[in-house]
Amino acid sequence: MSPLDRKLLRDLWRIKGQAIAIGAVIAVGVLMLVMMTGLVSSLEETRKAYYERYRLAEVFAPVTRAPERVVSELAALPGVAAAEGRVTGAALVDIEGSALPLQARVVSLPDFGEPKLNDVYLTGGRRLEGDRTDEILLLQGFADAHGLVPGDTLRLTVRGARRDFRIVGLAQSPEFLYVTAPGELAPDDARFAVIWMSRTAAEAAFDLQGAFNEALLSMARGASEAAVLDAVDRILEPYGGQTAYGLEDHVSNRFVTEEISGLRTMSTGVPPIFLGVAAFLLYIVISRMVEAEREQIGLMKAFGYNNREVGLHYFKLVIVIAAGGAVTGCLLGIAAGNAMAGLYLEYFKFPFLIFQLSPGPFIIGFLTSILAASAGGLFVLRRVFALTPAVAMRAAAPADYSGAGAFGSALNRLLDQPSRMVLRRITRQPGRMVGAMLGIAAGLALSGAMIAVMSGFDETLGIAFGVIDRSDVTVTFTDARSDKILLELARIPGVKHVEPVRMVPAVLRNGLKTHRGAISGLVPRPRLNRALDSDLDPIEMPGSGVILARPLADILDISPGEMLTIEVREGRQPDLQVPVVGLADSLLGSPAYMDIAAINRALKEPGRVSGAYLAIDASQSEAIYSRLKNMPTVAGVHLKDNARRSFQQLMDSGAGAMRYVMALIAFVITFGIVYNTARIAQAERERDIASLRVIGFTKSEASFVLLGEIAVVTLLALPIGAVLAFFLTFGVAAGFSSDLYQIPAGFGRADFGMAALAVLAASLLSGWLVKRDTDRTDLVSALKSKE
Amino acid sequence: MPVSQIEISENLHEAIYRTVGLTKVYGEGAAAVHALRGVDLVIPPGEIVVLLGPSGSGKSTLLNIIGGLDRGTDGEAWFEDQNLADMSDAELTIYRRDNVGFVFQFYNLMPSLTARENVELVTEIADDPMDPGEALALVGLHERTDHFPAQLSGGEQQRVAIARAIAKRPRVLFCDEPTGALDSKTGRAVLKVLKEVNETLGSTVLIVTHAAATADMAHRVIHFADGDVREVIENETQADPDEIEW
Ligand SMILES: Nc1ncnc2c1ncn2[C@@H]1O[C@H](COP(=O)(O)OP(=O)(O)OP(=O)(O)O)[C@@H](O)[C@H]1O
Ligand SMILES: [Mg+2]
Repeated sequence: MSPLDRKLLRDLWRIKGQAIAIGAVIAVGVLMLVMMTGLVSSLEETRKAYYERYRLAEVFAPVTRAPERVVSELAALPGVAAAEGRVTGAALVDIEGSALPLQARVVSLPDFGEPKLNDVYLTGGRRLEGDRTDEILLLQGFADAHGLVPGDTLRLTVRGARRDFRIVGLAQSPEFLYVTAPGELAPDDARFAVIWMSRTAAEAAFDLQGAFNEALLSMARGASEAAVLDAVDRILEPYGGQTAYGLEDHVSNRFVTEEISGLRTMSTGVPPIFLGVAAFLLYIVISRMVEAEREQIGLMKAFGYNNREVGLHYFKLVIVIAAGGAVTGCLLGIAAGNAMAGLYLEYFKFPFLIFQLSPGPFIIGFLTSILAASAGGLFVLRRVFALTPAVAMRAAAPADYSGAGAFGSALNRLLDQPSRMVLRRITRQPGRMVGAMLGIAAGLALSGAMIAVMSGFDETLGIAFGVIDRSDVTVTFTDARSDKILLELARIPGVKHVEPVRMVPAVLRNGLKTHRGAISGLVPRPRLNRALDSDLDPIEMPGSGVILARPLADILDISPGEMLTIEVREGRQPDLQVPVVGLADSLLGSPAYMDIAAINRALKEPGRVSGAYLAIDASQSEAIYSRLKNMPTVAGVHLKDNARRSFQQLMDSGAGAMRYVMALIAFVITFGIVYNTARIAQAERERDIASLRVIGFTKSEASFVLLGEIAVVTLLALPIGAVLAFFLTFGVAAGFSSDLYQIPAGFGRADFGMAALAVLAASLLSGWLVKRDTDRTDLVSALKSKE
Repeated sequence: MPVSQIEISENLHEAIYRTVGLTKVYGEGAAAVHALRGVDLVIPPGEIVVLLGPSGSGKSTLLNIIGGLDRGTDGEAWFEDQNLADMSDAELTIYRRDNVGFVFQFYNLMPSLTARENVELVTEIADDPMDPGEALALVGLHERTDHFPAQLSGGEQQRVAIARAIAKRPRVLFCDEPTGALDSKTGRAVLKVLKEVNETLGSTVLIVTHAAATADMAHRVIHFADGDVREVIENETQADPDEIEW
């Protein structure tokens, strides 16, 4: 081994603490990148495989009642690979001890054999047997939430008739990865059931003998979905077809897609920021490390080593650290990605996992860190090379503080000698100090942005359920009906306020951009459920026109003043042309608001309501619930507290859960930065401190020179970090926002306080570690060996 | 005193170093330090040359410039038929690698390399180097080869520095106060090594020293003061290091 390589190894060993700290910063940056991309691609692959293995339909065509023979017509359509009819409908589940009625969806399975499409994944018990009409399969999530097991009996109310069924098996299905009670945004396993029964039983229950009310289709490879949808609509039209839709409009799939794409947005938006900060740190640290080697660089050059040989030596040092960090990061990233995928597996209820890795993030992470590190090294090397060896070797000689003598005698009298040393150094080597300051500021910004986003999640919930939705209970009716029912609700003792709503399912279209959702018809000045503008002021419902949630306007690529097409998916299914008159900041979901009278007018159905928001007296809630439960027109009752809890859960276990992981990583990076800054300062000051000790300063007095410097740099970094954090928060908040919820970007005072505390804590800890080391330093060897 | 033009041209073909009006100014304006004030000097090859002068007179500065470690502000510095002032950085590097050995005033050992490895650092890139162990033995350090600089005394560090300089068998050896930190016995031993290098390898040896007695072993003694040459004395005979008064 050449002496230079041996020097390399010994140098590495000497700076191992710092090398590990730098390596760790790179490692977590790369870890994050690898983990996130691995997670996203794995989830996507897994979903795809799950869909394929259980033959999830690609087209869903709801219809009022179509005779079974129509299925063969559908199957014969060009571009259709398979078709199947089934019976499906709403039901209520009566669970003992539950004050509220629980909604359920009944889905038929063929009497004999496996379904051609939309098979179920049996997790317990057995499949349905033949045409036994009292057997059902129950969605596992619901069963778990209520402690139901095969063998138990479940009481269902279908079309007013109450009947007991025997649970023979528990199942999951790619079709119901997410179940959301109608009218709610966040999924909740406990409050919505999916029940599979034999076709015969379902036909009897829904009075659809010999007929189906939903067609499932899969498409031939390369077939055009639009063409298939058109053709299906044409065939089903005479039977009350309600417009076929593709997988992208399927509720559960959309939810999963949204969550995965939320993760993807995050994986492309957030890790680069982290990696960027890590790279910047690396640049600063390496440049200062090489700077400290100035004298030895001069010496090597004096012996006749040329720039390339010297450069290569330091490049190797950089590579070992950067590559060490990057490789560790990759390995940990793979492990973490795998572990995270395992967690998400449960969350998404995938029955298996296909772990997928792409080399892209691996290479990107690797190159970024090495580039940043070598840039830092090269930058300094070039400066050192520009010096003659004689000058480079003189670096150990006292730095030139001559210009700093002019502090003024007033200041000199005020400060003691060590304080002056601190001040001089900071003013005389502003380049280094600015580098250190920017490093710490970047660390603060990263943690600060993550803290801001964490509080943004709380803010979203707080606004959505405290300012936007101020109701206690939401009631949905079985169908749109006369507003006389509002009086009936208002008469229930304990109901303080009733506010009508008309929800109209619709496809919103602007040119080629569409969104399948609903129009919320609200009273002009709602009190319980309101549309808010960006200042959180309520928006009055305009006499005509529609107000869109901001993300919805983005999806549709439409702005106020333009015309929106509303293809109503209810009743006569008219197409409406309505101007967009405003944007709302709704934070949850992507609603579209209209004046209730205006939408009713447009539908030529005056005075109709589909639900109501209630404000109630909490002490009478039990009585109110039981009254509601017994009203035949009430399809569902949702408590805001439940909804809030479901949302909290969604944010804590879905894509949003990543915020905890990322915040942790941000703290690691921030600490790494602060610790490195302290270590470098220590290395640069070692001799000074030893000299001070020798001439009689105590340990504390001597380390004050170092700790004072760290303290000043940290304090100066705080305001800069706050500004950086402010801007960083926009990027990070956007990364965490999705169509399901938006996270407001705002770096508040409390966030700054928290981030500053984190940085100060890191600073104190680093200072303590460094002081512990300097106290232990062997004075003689510190003075002897030049660094 | 000023050397005549004729003498310079006569010595030209055989001078290994020749400077003409060599100037070095550190800093600018009022703070400018004139370290060298137009030095004219001729050094023939194969000699032991001793440079004497008070502290701050510019000895190290001169050594650095003709050693290719630094550049003058003005004037010429010839190494044989090449003007160092005209060389690029890369050419200076090659010049140092191929011709020059240094012993620095402050030793300048690599702290993370052992004595032996410090020597190897130079032998690695030399054409026909000695064995590092042999070089260390020459300075009497064969027993401390695996010690790090921090484990060596000042004098031992200096001897490592000398071993490192001679190990490449350089054509020119620059020694900035090679015996400053040594007692008389090791000091003499070090001087003996330098003399041996001069005799056996034919290296030109330039020694900067405060110990005036060292001048007795030189072929030529240059008295330096205030950034310029005061006097050049050629010794008829060279004393053996053993005879030098310490
Ligand atoms: N980098 C520098 N910047 C400014 N002045 C310098 C620098 N290097 C040397 N000097 C000045 O140049 C002059 C000559 O310095 P040099 O080191 O050559 O002296 P020297 O004769 O070797 O002294 P000593 O015997 O003490 O080693 C001194 O006055 C010194 O202060
Ligand atoms: Mg000197």
